Amino acid sequence: MKFVTEYRDAEAARRTAAALARLTTRPWTIMEVCGGQTHAILKFGVDQLLPPGITLIHGPGCPVCVTPVELIDKATEVAARPEVIFCSFGDMLRVPGTRVDLFSVKASGGDVRIVYSPLDAVTIARDTPEREVVFFAVGFETTAPANAMALYQARRLGLANFSVLVAHVLVPPAMEAILRAPDNRVQGFLAAGHVCTVMGTTEYEPIARRYRVPIVVTGFEPLDILQGIHACVRQLEEGRAEVENRYARSVRREGNRQAQSLIRQVFRVVPRRWRGVGEIPASGLGLTEAYAAFDAEARFGVAGSRPEAPSECISGEILRGVKKPMECPAFGTRCTPEHPLGATMVSSEGACAAYYRYRRATAAPVQSS
Amino acid sequence: MCLAVPGQILSVSGDDPLLRTARVSFAGVVKEVSLGCLPEAGVGDYVIVHAGMALSILDQEEAAQVLRDLEQLAALLDPPEPPA
Repeated sequence: MKFVTEYRDAEAARRTAAALARLTTRPWTIMEVCGGQTHAILKFGVDQLLPPGITLIHGPGCPVCVTPVELIDKATEVAARPEVIFCSFGDMLRVPGTRVDLFSVKASGGDVRIVYSPLDAVTIARDTPEREVVFFAVGFETTAPANAMALYQARRLGLANFSVLVAHVLVPPAMEAILRAPDNRVQGFLAAGHVCTVMGTTEYEPIARRYRVPIVVTGFEPLDILQGIHACVRQLEEGRAEVENRYARSVRREGNRQAQSLIRQVFRVVPRRWRGVGEIPASGLGLTEAYAAFDAEARFGVAGSRPEAPSECISGEILRGVKKPMECPAFGTRCTPEHPLGATMVSSEGACAAYYRYRRATAAPVQSS
Repeated sequence: MCLAVPGQILSVSGDDPLLRTARVSFAGVVKEVSLGCLPEAGVGDYVIVHAGMALSILDQEEAAQVLRDLEQLAALLDPPEPPA
């Protein structure tokens, strides 16, 4: 596949790793923000190619993982209503709410449908005017253009039976929250290539300056990731802290202006609660006044916040990179992808699920003889 | 979630820039994709697609540059054999 295969060459990966080893004189801790990168790192064993001093920690860039329980509860409540067709990306269906997940709502007769694009939900709404169609609009900046386009089209078509449950989150405020935390270990970031494809790279410049961290915009194939790490380590070794674009085949400094303008029409920046992390100011998107009529929380009377029940899950520490999945006592025993305690075990992009899938064999405790 | 895949535009339909769509081939699998955020995209372009939305046109020159940069890193590591 063009633009994919050539970035998976094993020999080139080994050579890049050797160049990285030569460059590294001290230990460094780097966070890849995006869950898609976490998945690729573990799948292709990128972490195992790195020199011993380089530690990768896995960031909060999995929207499924950071969606708070209260929103899952709202989703299951709305999805259970007989008049509703509830549309969602597949990842969300197994995320545990306080009592049930969307899969169990579907199993007990709820009309829950997995869609590939929010635009498919608009088509369902247009073709099924007698039912209420609700789309679960989760995602980072990457997904915001598609969700904004769905709302733009629904409004243009005058669809009175379409609404969205919005759980949109933004990457830069989360990076700042990580950097501000007293237990922060992150010295450099790999920034999420597709988020930057939409938003550009300028909003990262003040973060790099203020916290003196290199931020390297990175792609998703093994060679992209190795090159991103190499660029980040080079900056750290040279004492620089700059925004550097290593995914220039897709990312332009200004981003996609058309997409940004569409997002601004439909969404505004709001405070949002992140699962396991808490509320982060100005870290999410909600609907603008012009699109308020499409708010599913208001339409179905589920607005307002609810307290989060205590849980054994340490996903908050995982998402901030303070702990690795294997340090959780429930990992692989009481918490598995089939019976997840928290969302980082649900989504394939969650750090716990990725470790469960690719590192479980090596995770067994070593018995001393 | 932010998984986005490169594909090539086979055909374009619609006139309204926000409502234009394209048939995009992902290594042979063809899907209908919105071009509403890429008014400049046309047939033959490789685009990055996420959740049914094309987000950027892949820059072929930059794509090749990454691979050249990597070769250069490797060359620094193993200098070519001096001629005998």
